[in-house]
Amino acid sequence: MKVVVTVVGVDRVGIIARVATVLAENNVNIVSINQTILDGMFNMIMMCEAADPTALQKVQEALTVEGEQLGVQIMAQHADIFLSMHRVG
Amino acid sequence: MLSIENIIETNQMIRDNKLDVRTITMGISLLGCTASDGKTLCTRIYDHITKEAENLVATGEAIAQEYGVPIINKRVSVTPISLVAAGSDLKSYVPVAEALDKAAKAVGVNFIGGFSALVSKGYTEGDRRLIASIPEALATTDLVCSSVGIGSTKAGINMDAVAEMGQIVKQTAELTADRDAFGCAKLVIFCNPVEDNPFMAGAFHGVTEGNTTISVGVSGPGVVKHALEAVRGRPFDEVAETIKRTAFKITRVGQLVAQEASRRLGKQFGIIDLSLAPTPAVGDSVAHVLEEMGITSCGAHGTTAALALLNDAVKKGGLMASSHVGGLSGAFIPVSEDKGMIDAVSVGSLSLDKLEAMTCVCSVGLDMIAVPGDTSAATISAIIADEAAIGMINNKTTAVRLIPVPGKTVGEMVEFGGLLGYCPIIEVSPFGAEEFIQRGGRIPAPIRSLTN
Repeated sequence: MKVVVTVVGVDRVGIIARVATVLAENNVNIVSINQTILDGMFNMIMMCEAADPTALQKVQEALTVEGEQLGVQIMAQHADIFLSMHRVG
Repeated sequence: MLSIENIIETNQMIRDNKLDVRTITMGISLLGCTASDGKTLCTRIYDHITKEAENLVATGEAIAQEYGVPIINKRVSVTPISLVAAGSDLKSYVPVAEALDKAAKAVGVNFIGGFSALVSKGYTEGDRRLIASIPEALATTDLVCSSVGIGSTKAGINMDAVAEMGQIVKQTAELTADRDAFGCAKLVIFCNPVEDNPFMAGAFHGVTEGNTTISVGVSGPGVVKHALEAVRGRPFDEVAETIKRTAFKITRVGQLVAQEASRRLGKQFGIIDLSLAPTPAVGDSVAHVLEEMGITSCGAHGTTAALALLNDAVKKGGLMASSHVGGLSGAFIPVSEDKGMIDAVSVGSLSLDKLEAMTCVCSVGLDMIAVPGDTSAATISAIIADEAAIGMINNKTTAVRLIPVPGKTVGEMVEFGGLLGYCPIIEVSPFGAEEFIQRGGRIPAPIRSLTN
């Protein structure tokens, strides 16, 4: 199952490291990482592959907790929401 | 491959512009529940709905969580109860409404629609009993929504029903006077009602539908407004193109949710309803989309043209994004549910007359409009007749959901709560139409009904 992890917030040391740790702990593989500064905010997008589709909720919960500690907003979503909206066919 | 811009755009739509799926509505046929004994009928209805919709809410919540898109409402619509209860020994259909209410609460949905009758051409005994039961049913239940079809392009307008519905609206208002006539917010009077509408209060599961279907209503006026901010001052060609592109994206989300919901629930996919549905929240207003096009305040001259463009472009954009489009599919203009409309009524730019004109070019009708409590039944009937005439002649769905609030008059504020919102009471014409409404009979079907 393809999962998109989005991190938005104020930049600080260790965001990638800590998000990547949570993903590794939940057996989610990072396929690519994109990062940009948009409207003055840190934006990071990770394309991931989760071996166990039923584990998404657990990953979401762990990332929410991590996001609160880091002071950034983290979302993990099934990639189909983006593919549906931006790709025809 | 997805670009970073694509992902950011989608999440901005959800986070900042209030993109959501307004409703997943499960349509359930109750034709198999008929019984001559009233109690048996109610038990069968309760059992069937709670069985079919058992997993609806949990499935909706799981999809919302997985894709990160809010799904605001989960609802059930059923076969018009006037048909289901017609063969029973019940003299009043209030017990059926109570069974629907109980079933809706048991499965955890927000509303259940289908306490309905279709009397465009005439009444059956079941229709008469259902309509007579509406005021008490809406006063004694919480989640039941009612609708009555009083006309169509094919059948003309049943003016006896129009006259009666004016009385029913008044009675419903009186029975729920302690809640600012809240019962009337759950009652819609239609011309050309559709059988697969997922939106309340007018949803019912038509007899041409299958056993159980899943339909989805999308939303997103905030997303359209945000997109239009990028083309300020540009010609209308660009405005229309921008709306089409945005509507396409919004509808794709609806299609995805509908497909997933029907797959997981093991029910047939019905339709996507392309209506832009507002909420009273800031940044979720159809009126603000019109104002973004250059109208100073919704209701000013130019509003009807702006709405016509919006409604048409939303359909064109949404059509290709979904395999099955249906329902009402058009911009909604429910006054109390739209922050921009509420403000427009407050500042005096939006009147009942202008709203009537706007309904000629959009879905669906005079919706969620609070009028003075002393508005007569005949005047309400006359408003229904005008709106039905627009629908009949233009071969489109029109509806009336008026709330005559007892003890309140023009300018006073009424609060319905939640998505139903709040609004100031709007002025109606002081000139009567008693004799017009007293005539009764039928307005014949128009020449455009003869299309064969």
